[in-house]
Amino acid sequence: MENFISIQNLSKIYSNKFTALDKIDLNIKKGEIFALLGPNGAGKTTLINIICGIVTPTSGNVLVNEFNIIDDYRKTRSLIGIVPQELTLEAFETVFNNVNYSRGLYGKKPNNKYIESLLKELSLWDKKNNKLRELSGGMKRRVLIAKALSHEPQILFLDEPTASVDVELRIDMWKIIKKLKSNGVTIILTTHYIEEAEEIADRVGIINNGKIILIDQKDKLIKKLGKKKLIIHLESKINKIPNSLMKYKIEIDDSKNKLTFFYDKINNNTSITTLLQKIREENIVIKDINTEESSLEEIFVNIVKGSNDEYSRY
Amino acid sequence: MNIQGIKAIYFHEMDRMRRTIFQSILSPLISTSLYFVVFGAAIGSRISEVSGVNYGSFIVPGMIMLTLLTQSISNSSFGIYFPKFTGTIYEILAAPLSSFEIILGFVGAAATKSLIIGLIIIGTAGFFVDLYIMHPFIMLFLLVLTSITFSLFGFIIGYWADNFEKLQLIPILIISPLVFLGGSFYSIDMLPEFWQKVSLLNPVLYLVSGFRWSFYEISDVSIYVSLITIFSILIICIAIIIFSFSKGYKIKN
Ligand SMILES: Nc1ncnc2c1ncn2[C@@H]1O[C@H](COP(=O)(O)OP(=O)(O)OP(=O)(O)O)[C@@H](O)[C@H]1O
Ligand SMILES: [Mg+2]
Repeated sequence: MENFISIQNLSKIYSNKFTALDKIDLNIKKGEIFALLGPNGAGKTTLINIICGIVTPTSGNVLVNEFNIIDDYRKTRSLIGIVPQELTLEAFETVFNNVNYSRGLYGKKPNNKYIESLLKELSLWDKKNNKLRELSGGMKRRVLIAKALSHEPQILFLDEPTASVDVELRIDMWKIIKKLKSNGVTIILTTHYIEEAEEIADRVGIINNGKIILIDQKDKLIKKLGKKKLIIHLESKINKIPNSLMKYKIEIDDSKNKLTFFYDKINNNTSITTLLQKIREENIVIKDINTEESSLEEIFVNIVKGSNDEYSRY
Repeated sequence: MNIQGIKAIYFHEMDRMRRTIFQSILSPLISTSLYFVVFGAAIGSRISEVSGVNYGSFIVPGMIMLTLLTQSISNSSFGIYFPKFTGTIYEILAAPLSSFEIILGFVGAAATKSLIIGLIIIGTAGFFVDLYIMHPFIMLFLLVLTSITFSLFGFIIGYWADNFEKLQLIPILIISPLVFLGGSFYSIDMLPEFWQKVSLLNPVLYLVSGFRWSFYEISDVSIYVSLITIFSILIICIAIIIFSFSKGYKIKN
């Protein structure tokens, strides 16, 4: 599949000389859900805002459907809808009028049927005549989504769609996003929640200090970087790890009756078998065994830590 | 050309005026009526005529200009500043709209509001004094031109301002004094010679004079000079806008 969005060597230096994006390269494919993960201030919003035309890039190129976002901005922007990070809405306009207004800005003729179906889908129809300030935070977020979808875009940017949203609504949001994907909409979302990326994304990109430090399929990422843990619960305490086990990556916890063995998923299980054999040879009695997989969260923390260390070396 | 987009901004802005109809129309109406009471009735009883025109009638064109200028500037500057302040500007920036189209929507709406207010004041003035308009088309032409010009001026202010103080600074510091010293309530003949000369440096004087001419054919300066002045201001505003947009859209960073 060809690249729907292609970002080449993109940098952004704000007027205060702060480098928010540093030579970003990134490709997004049609129909995928791409999650951009990164800590506060990593440059996620800056990146999204550049593609949407809200922030001007300092250098580099962005192509959307092969059109340049600066030279052919009408063509690229017509394809894009954006849900901003902040709940920025006017106070006194009604839901229906405000969504209609967004559609107009994108040059589309009014289509009350479409707006009606959109509001129904987002469970906002019974609020259509309410003033925006009369809505709850979650409803406001959904109005912002309705506004972003009002002109039937093919690409939807969601800047932290589930920030400060309760669990139920988050699951609702995931359903909405999956539904959009099944309708063929390409979705790029930013998030702090690893579980969110794990739950809905096809690919994950990790950004830190304005640099993309990793892009991969979500499951590959977990496979590649995920460490598995084998936790061995012992029948009785041992004082120290026996010498014969020293060559394994083993830790003993404070209670002295639990051993944790770290292994890569890619290496097969032979090491586990030999380890268990060695333990038996030492006459240590095993009470129970279980394994744990590292989540994206742990992977993420490790990677960001790594890149910060690298950063501070300079 | 994104006609739908321009219409969206225009009607969105007009809608805001409809929602705040009290502020938008009633407040200039009340202040004009107060001017009539204070200047027309109180002072007018001392000054019976200026250049052959009843004082109450004499001040009408100036008062309309005064309101038109301040309303155009405040409506337009607020119109563009407000979405910047609340953050809702994001969707205008992300929409497939050129700078020209954005300006057309905002300035068009602000100018329309001023025009409506101007016409209402003319109507109201008719209740207080005898009103006659010798050159209705020129009057209307000046009304439209002034509304557009100063709405554009207001747009520039609102677009450069990054806080509320700056939004108010130019209107309070520059526009208000110019408007009050612009001969709205007097003819410059009434001033000592030195101040007559100083007054001629004030561009607002030319607007008021031209507008008054369209009513009563009396003026401090020739109608042509007035027309040239207003066109010059318009061109300067357009030039500033073109210049600042070519230097990069400041709303974006
Ligand atoms: N208008 C601006 N002027 C100067 N610096 C800015 C501006 N906007 C953002 N920055 C800086 O650029 C960096 C990236 O900001 P950005 O908003 O893109 O981060 P983010 O990844 O979206 O963070 P968060 O997760 O907190 O939303 C930050 O250090 C921020 O302080
Ligand atoms: Mg952000």
